[in-house]
Amino acid sequence: MNSFNSNRLIDWALKLYVLLSFGFIFAPIAASFVFSFNVDRFPSLPLGGFSMIWYEAVWADPLIWEGLRNTLIAGVVVSALATAIGFGAAYTDFRYKFFGKSVYMALALLPPTIPVVILGLAMLAFLSNISLSGAIYSVIIAHVVMCAPFAMAICRLRLSQMDPSLEAAAWNLGASEWMAMRHVIIPFCKPAIFAALFITMAVSFDEFAVAWFVSGLNETLPVKVLGFLQGQVSPRINVIGTFVFIASMTLVVLAQILLMRRSGTPATTSAAAPADIGVVTP
Amino acid sequence: MTDQALVVFDGVAKRFGNFVAVEKLNLEIRKGEFLAIMGSSGCGKTTTLRMLAGLEAPSEGEIRLDGKRINDLPTWNRDTPMVWQSLALFPFLTVRENVEFSLRMRGADKAARRRRVDKWLERMQITEFADRNVAHLSGGQRQRVALARSLVTEPQILLLDEPLSALDAHLKVRMQSVLSNLQRELGITFVYVTHSQSEAFSMADRVVIMSRGRIEQIGNPQEIYRAPRTKFVAEFLGSSNIFAGEVSNVSEAAVKISTPAGEFDVVPNAAKPLSKGNKATFVVSDDRLHLSNRPPEDRLNRLQASVVGEEFVGATAVIHLEGAERIEIKVQKSHDELEQLNLEPGAQVWVSWRPDATHILPGE
Repeated sequence: MNSFNSNRLIDWALKLYVLLSFGFIFAPIAASFVFSFNVDRFPSLPLGGFSMIWYEAVWADPLIWEGLRNTLIAGVVVSALATAIGFGAAYTDFRYKFFGKSVYMALALLPPTIPVVILGLAMLAFLSNISLSGAIYSVIIAHVVMCAPFAMAICRLRLSQMDPSLEAAAWNLGASEWMAMRHVIIPFCKPAIFAALFITMAVSFDEFAVAWFVSGLNETLPVKVLGFLQGQVSPRINVIGTFVFIASMTLVVLAQILLMRRSGTPATTSAAAPADIGVVTP
Repeated sequence: MTDQALVVFDGVAKRFGNFVAVEKLNLEIRKGEFLAIMGSSGCGKTTTLRMLAGLEAPSEGEIRLDGKRINDLPTWNRDTPMVWQSLALFPFLTVRENVEFSLRMRGADKAARRRRVDKWLERMQITEFADRNVAHLSGGQRQRVALARSLVTEPQILLLDEPLSALDAHLKVRMQSVLSNLQRELGITFVYVTHSQSEAFSMADRVVIMSRGRIEQIGNPQEIYRAPRTKFVAEFLGSSNIFAGEVSNVSEAAVKISTPAGEFDVVPNAAKPLSKGNKATFVVSDDRLHLSNRPPEDRLNRLQASVVGEEFVGATAVIHLEGAERIEIKVQKSHDELEQLNLEPGAQVWVSWRPDATHILPGE
């Protein structure tokens, strides 16, 4: 009986630990969420009463709408471009052996390891040198560089679960290389491609530092938020924070669902996906 | 079966960097035959098959299909479908869509596709699973889907790369009979790559044994079993005792070969004329050796050996013995016969065999 009791103790301790970790992570977000509905000007307890005034204020602010528009345009274009590039890089890695491949792979995975301030500064210097800075497409270029490695990692993982003879089997059954790509490789990678679209969109959506450097007057939403904070502390920040959080989480959760779904692959291979992706999600 | 060649390998070699996978291969595959290519892993059998399928390009030589050079024909234009070791079924497609795949890639119209697919689903007895995902089928059912998928274009040749290796023993035997019946009924050429002697010998009309990128022997199963050409083949088949030595005397009826284990009478082999002083190797199958505790008759080949141990095989047992000069000998006997003898490890016994139970290896 003794061992039974001590096991239960460890069990409870671990549960508590997990609970505390989640509390630590989510408490500030929850606070922001709660205060976004609070009528008071400053976030303090006790709460002053439920109100939608800050939501109305945000709704009425054309600057925020402009930031949101920029964020959405950048997010959609970035996710499409980064996923296309990431998938191409992952397929190259899967299909070909060539001289300098390890260098190619290292370079392809490098961007997320560079501190964002350095990346942002470098992007600004480079883009202004070729007169591409200060516009929405500057943000897009910078974000594609940052996001493509995530897309590649996701597609690569999926390709590693593929029976290596699958593509050759398609050729052998009369499919040319392009047809095999269209009818075998892409359908097989479909869940990973959608997951990559969502994840890269989420990364672009709430990326701040690099966008701050390169966006100029075409600020994205996170950059606008900093502008607010510098001027005044307004509960409108809580409203935007809540919105950005819900949008990003929706995208990440969608990606996780896609990656966790079996989608017809042997059960043994799909288990590895969610854990590994967890590492790369922002 | 006709003797007309469907496929000709003419001096075909395949190198991967410095590694020679296949060396100057000359092989004719006849129309309508069941040919097995057998060998241990890395012997070049799969590379040979992949070159025929168009998945590897030969480094040298020419491959002809129906008299036409196909070296540079991409695999998708060949119609040399292959059944893969992993089966390589498309996991995101249903059974029907898998079978339909090659017709769709070749642009067959919808009605024709449906007719052809229905026919092959029926024929492979998988109609009831047509709309199921292939991941939800058993091993035997998946095998049938793979066969239907390859045969749906009704090709003149089917390539099989160890397709039964993942099945359990019982299912394997059942699929073997499915395959040989199918081949007989369709009358098309099957080229079957395997490392399993029982698969090759039970199904094939002719067997090719390969080793280190070269053909060691081609022949029908009985021929190969009774008259291996080289030491490699004899060892690969695994049931032979091999003796190597020098010819000490030649007469009409018998050749005397002197080996480290003793001097033995051997029947001459027309394929290997020998004269005194030649090196020669002969084999005796393990079921043709006799054991006794008393010395056998003089006219028999005989030697004394000590018992190393006994290996239980099922209905029979294999006794491992060691003769003079540490020569290894194995003898296969029924349990009844063995009970009559003293076979304690270390015991001395007489091993004997008739001269006509021997076979001189012509390739050594």
